[in-house]
Amino acid sequence: MSDRGTPLVEMRDMQKSFGGINAVDHVSVDLFPGEVVGILGHNGAGKSVLMKMLSGAIQRDAGEIYINGELAHINNPRDARTYNIETIYQTLALADNLDAAANLFLGRELTTKVGFVDDAKMEAETRKIMGRLTPNFRRYKTPVAGLSGGQRQSVAISRAVYFNAKILIMDEPTAALGVQETKMVADLIEELKAQGIGIFLIDHDIHQVKSLCDRASVMKNGQLVGTVDVHVATEDDLLGMIIAGKMPQHLAA
Amino acid sequence: MVETAAPTTPNRKNIFASLELDTRLLGMIGAFVVLCLVFNVFTDGRFLTPRNIFNLTIQTVSVAIMATGMVFVIVTRHIDLSVGALLATCSAMMAVTQTVVTPEWLGLGLNHPLTAPIAIIVGLITGVVIGAFHGFLIGYLLIPAFIVTLGGLLVWRNVAWYLTGGQTIGPLDQNFQLFGGINGTLGETWSWVVGVVAVVAAVLMQFNARRNKTAHEFPVKPMWAELLLSGIVAASILGLVAVLNAYEIPEARLERMFEARGEVLPEGLTAGYGLPVSVLVLIIIAIVMTVVAQKTRLGRYIFAAGGNPDAAELSGISTRLLTLKVFMIMGALCALSAVVASARLSFHSNDIGTLDELRVIAAAVIGGTALSGGIGTIYGAILGALIMQSLQSGMAMVGVDAPFQNIVVGGVLVFAVLVDIIYRKRTGART
Repeated sequence: MSDRGTPLVEMRDMQKSFGGINAVDHVSVDLFPGEVVGILGHNGAGKSVLMKMLSGAIQRDAGEIYINGELAHINNPRDARTYNIETIYQTLALADNLDAAANLFLGRELTTKVGFVDDAKMEAETRKIMGRLTPNFRRYKTPVAGLSGGQRQSVAISRAVYFNAKILIMDEPTAALGVQETKMVADLIEELKAQGIGIFLIDHDIHQVKSLCDRASVMKNGQLVGTVDVHVATEDDLLGMIIAGKMPQHLAA
Repeated sequence: MVETAAPTTPNRKNIFASLELDTRLLGMIGAFVVLCLVFNVFTDGRFLTPRNIFNLTIQTVSVAIMATGMVFVIVTRHIDLSVGALLATCSAMMAVTQTVVTPEWLGLGLNHPLTAPIAIIVGLITGVVIGAFHGFLIGYLLIPAFIVTLGGLLVWRNVAWYLTGGQTIGPLDQNFQLFGGINGTLGETWSWVVGVVAVVAAVLMQFNARRNKTAHEFPVKPMWAELLLSGIVAASILGLVAVLNAYEIPEARLERMFEARGEVLPEGLTAGYGLPVSVLVLIIIAIVMTVVAQKTRLGRYIFAAGGNPDAAELSGISTRLLTLKVFMIMGALCALSAVVASARLSFHSNDIGTLDELRVIAAAVIGGTALSGGIGTIYGAILGALIMQSLQSGMAMVGVDAPFQNIVVGGVLVFAVLVDIIYRKRTGART
């Protein structure tokens, strides 16, 4: 991989343990601009913990994160945002009682000159960005609790897109979605990729990983089994890595 | 989801939809009006007299002030059981300040102009420091708010006792007593001035919001609806002022007031009380708290953290600091409430604010604040406090026995929450 220049993200030797259990045990992964790297593994394999260390939601015990080749200091979600790292969480991380605009700008509200939140402007911006992703969306005044899974997902994705994410972490972005909405997310991933954004995609669905990702890093019991090119590895190879935790013979070299 | 394309002629169902009013608020106002009318009938018209309405407003203020803060506390999924005790401690601190510290230690004597401001500042500092302490224990040390404030209920009630040796302290400073209600009113002229300023401000804000929406090409309500709303708001404000002005100062008292100024009461002169200073304080607090809730980042984060604490945390909001701030606000409001409550009595008593925590929580909850967090309004809590107070004093006027009064109030609290749950289920979309 050395011919591709500096990686956008390089996580080296990441470690995190909870009460003596190594949730993430000496794992190193990297991500290049315009690339989608799938993070695969069973529940409890440490995928989400690894990604949460990058997004600042969990503080690492040890390890180093490099962004564009430079050592990055990420200790909380705010730090991660300064590196243009945006996360779309499995639980969506939306405040159900607030409307789409309030959620999209949560923590980064637009304000008027006197320092009040500028709801009208935020709604206008939300209409612009949401209009691109889901042209039929109209319910800007409703608390997001009243929206469908796909609409909620759109709010979460809009947030990442609006704030110019360079590095996007998607934690099972299609888990709660129907067929059409899944297609929408897939199209969006292609579009973001074309813009040079690097994406870590946590997913269970091997078909999805095969079709959306460039490479896949497989984890088991907190350790990295290996990283493979999904165009070379077969579905059986990936399954073997997830279940048995062994690199396939023909890819190991 | 079918909506008409042209924003100026949206597909409106009925008159209420055009007004875009909060139906929940309408329901509460409706219930309140019915309540007042029923009591008015049973008291042979004594309930809706200027005198009783005046008394109702000044009786409501203390609980209503704290209820606005309780909205923030409950919205962030906490609870504060210590507000009555905190009120007592603040009241004790202020009473000691104005009867011992300023006249004796500082040598200012009685009724010095600086006494009231010094006492109020001491009270506010007390409230904010204790509130911050509660907030620290809850936000940073992660002790549940229920436990911290349950402890606080015992601690601060008895700190107040210790500070005063259990004695009633009074009379309080004369300027301080102006915040109590009947001892401090604006008089007819100034009440009208305040009323007119309020109407102008309300209408300006309404049309400013409309202009802001039009600028972004959002749909706005039809003009007749805006004007009707303005009319209702103006009529309500000016109507209240007129009623409070209609409550006339008794002649003997008026005579004493003129004598105090070295004048003689002119023959046949009458004067109304007008807006009590305490009610003005409540109105200002209500406006400030509403602005904080709706227009500031702090307010936005309070509601976000209440709706989904994890989402708030992941959005880079420090929910610990937020908890600290919310309890500091609560403490400050307890102090202001203590000013009003002790000034109304004209002395500090050992049992001041007893059971206020329950009235305050009940007011917030009747006003639509959800204990599950994330939902609540300032005006709702104030209306809740007013309904509770009307119920209590209405029953007292009708002659309902004291035990039945409390039985009814308790029942109404539970019933109001049931109605709220049913309403939310029907309208959907809200959790």
